Amino acid sequence: METVLEAKNINKYFKKPVLFHVLKDINFKINKGEFVSIMGKSGCGKSTLLYILSTMDTEYEGELYLNNDLITGDSRQKLTLIRNKHIGFVFQFHYLLSEFTVLENVMLPAKKLGEKSVKEIEKDALEKLRILNIEHLAHKRASQVSGGEKQRVAIARALINNPLIIMGDEPTGNLDSHNADNVFNIFKKLSVEENLSLLIVTHDEDFANRTDRIITMEDGRIIHE
Amino acid sequence: MANWTVIIDIAKKQLLTKFKSTAIAALGVTFGIGAYITLVSFMTGLNNMLDDLILNQTPHIHIYNEIEPSKKQPVDIYDAFKNSFNVVHSIKPKLSQKKIHNASPIIHFLNKNKDVKGAIPQIKTQIFYIAGSIEIAGNLTGIQPIDEARLFNFRDYIIAGSPEKLKNTENGILLGSGIAKKMALSVGDRVQISTIKGDLFPLKIVGLYQSGVSDIDAIQSFVNIKTVQRILGEAENYITDINVKLYDIEKAISLSKKTEQQFNVTAIDIKTANAQFETGTSVRNMITYAVSIALLIVAGFGVYNILSMLIYEKMNDIAILKAIGFSGNDVQYIFMSQALIIGVIGGALGLLIGLIFTNIISTIPFKTEALAKVDTYPIDFNVWYYVIGFSFAIISTFFAGYLPSLKAKKIDPVKIIRGQ
Ligand SMILES: Nc1ncnc2c1ncn2[C@@H]1O[C@H](COP(=O)(O)OP(=O)(O)OP(=O)(O)O)[C@@H](O)[C@H]1O
Ligand SMILES: [Mg+2]
Repeated sequence: METVLEAKNINKYFKKPVLFHVLKDINFKINKGEFVSIMGKSGCGKSTLLYILSTMDTEYEGELYLNNDLITGDSRQKLTLIRNKHIGFVFQFHYLLSEFTVLENVMLPAKKLGEKSVKEIEKDALEKLRILNIEHLAHKRASQVSGGEKQRVAIARALINNPLIIMGDEPTGNLDSHNADNVFNIFKKLSVEENLSLLIVTHDEDFANRTDRIITMEDGRIIHE
Repeated sequence: MANWTVIIDIAKKQLLTKFKSTAIAALGVTFGIGAYITLVSFMTGLNNMLDDLILNQTPHIHIYNEIEPSKKQPVDIYDAFKNSFNVVHSIKPKLSQKKIHNASPIIHFLNKNKDVKGAIPQIKTQIFYIAGSIEIAGNLTGIQPIDEARLFNFRDYIIAGSPEKLKNTENGILLGSGIAKKMALSVGDRVQISTIKGDLFPLKIVGLYQSGVSDIDAIQSFVNIKTVQRILGEAENYITDINVKLYDIEKAISLSKKTEQQFNVTAIDIKTANAQFETGTSVRNMITYAVSIALLIVAGFGVYNILSMLIYEKMNDIAILKAIGFSGNDVQYIFMSQALIIGVIGGALGLLIGLIFTNIISTIPFKTEALAKVDTYPIDFNVWYYVIGFSFAIISTFFAGYLPSLKAKKIDPVKIIRGQ
């Protein structure tokens, strides 16, 4: 099995207000096409771990490999590119740019990457919106669509550069069961059909039970994999 | 690796959502630049007018014979007292003439110099204007009217008559306007003048002269050089002053020094004679720039303000941009672009406002005794002011945008996302 993401001996401390060992010796691997969920009590360090894995947080000890390349210690510039090209991130809150249309929001990371022409990017973006069943919203302003729809737009945006892995921090936390189900199905489909890896933090046990594997955390440690 | 189309696109869209505050910030810049253009054009216009007033009628080099005590007294020359300490009391200037020796060779020599636009002779003398039993002291200057008009804008100061008329009238006089008023004389009348020795001469008034300085106009009149020579009973080579106009005023000092040495005369250049004048000009310039820069600093605060506000409001957007792969620099460029967009639009409008304002001012009537030839407020239209003004706008908004944009660059997305 091909490994997409590997964490080796990740430790993190918060120094303020008091020294706090928030992540303790985190080790795990995620394979290509694997759909993994992370569970654990509130405050056990799930979000903190995800920010490290997504390269946004660089203040940690240990090593992080993406596609078997060590990315720990890379320059900010390089990490920004990695985030842009290889990692799709979906937040609990949808975080769209409200001045832009749905389509423009989805196109943004690809425009930043600048590997394709605007025409191609637009075609890709429409394709992603179609996969997520929100093609009809393409030209609406981002501020004018519903919460569940916004979440799907955010997923489409995470997909636009065909990343190696999608990370989500409680992406269904704000959705009703119907919409949460919908998002799960989309993730499942991406994992099966597109062989995409997914790492999703969730409090929803039903959601977690339907994923390939559950990583359980407690007090900054992985207690079950 | 910045992707400018995306960056500008984001910058524009964010500004448009804050159209009102953006417009106000841009108007601040507009006001600053508009004021700069108006002020500098107007002030420089005034400066140039005043410069013209002095410089155009003032010779670049004025050559004359200074009456002063001899530097070497006879006792200094006498060998017997060579090694003694000599004290001479009550030194008086040597009895000499005001006349410049060899005036015509000097004029001829100067006129051959390629830097010289023209060197012309004058004779200055004191006379009295006779009105009934009253004698009014005055100055009479013998000139070559046509050359004076050509080199020193003499025509601008003749309010009745013309240089040609003076040249063609043998006993003609261009009477100072103040004198004419005092003695109730006008063109066509006759005026009696008396030399210091007491000889009387009737002259025909062919025109009136007004310099704008009433003290001068109350005593000064002009006649042809030949007329003065005749009045004074002097020969044709009697010349008291030589006025030189150069093509380049900067060469005045060196040429005046050279002339002094070569011909043993006194030669004063315009820079030395009018040193205080330049001070006035530079003070006016300083005020113009101080006011403009103050206005632009205020405008800069407006820009700083709107950007700080935008960055505060768009904290989430900044975090999301960074999360999806925009670098700190990209984010900084977004906000710098916004500052520059405000600068460019505000600046361009400011130039337009300045242009309109100065055009309006240049049509406002401005009549003054002192300046016979000026009808409206003087405006100096100069492309450079517009170039400088626009650069000002860009530079000030650049600095105003720099600090907020640096803050945006440093925003840690994790902190913002956690804060939700
Ligand atoms: N900037 C910080 N400074 C100090 N302590 C922090 C900071 N951020 C988070 N923490 C602490 O670190 C621990 C882990 O936080 P984290 O957000 O990772 O928890 P979580 O597992 O995501 O919880 P939840 O399920 O509620 O989202 C918490 O105890 C939190 O109080
Ligand atoms: Mg969390």
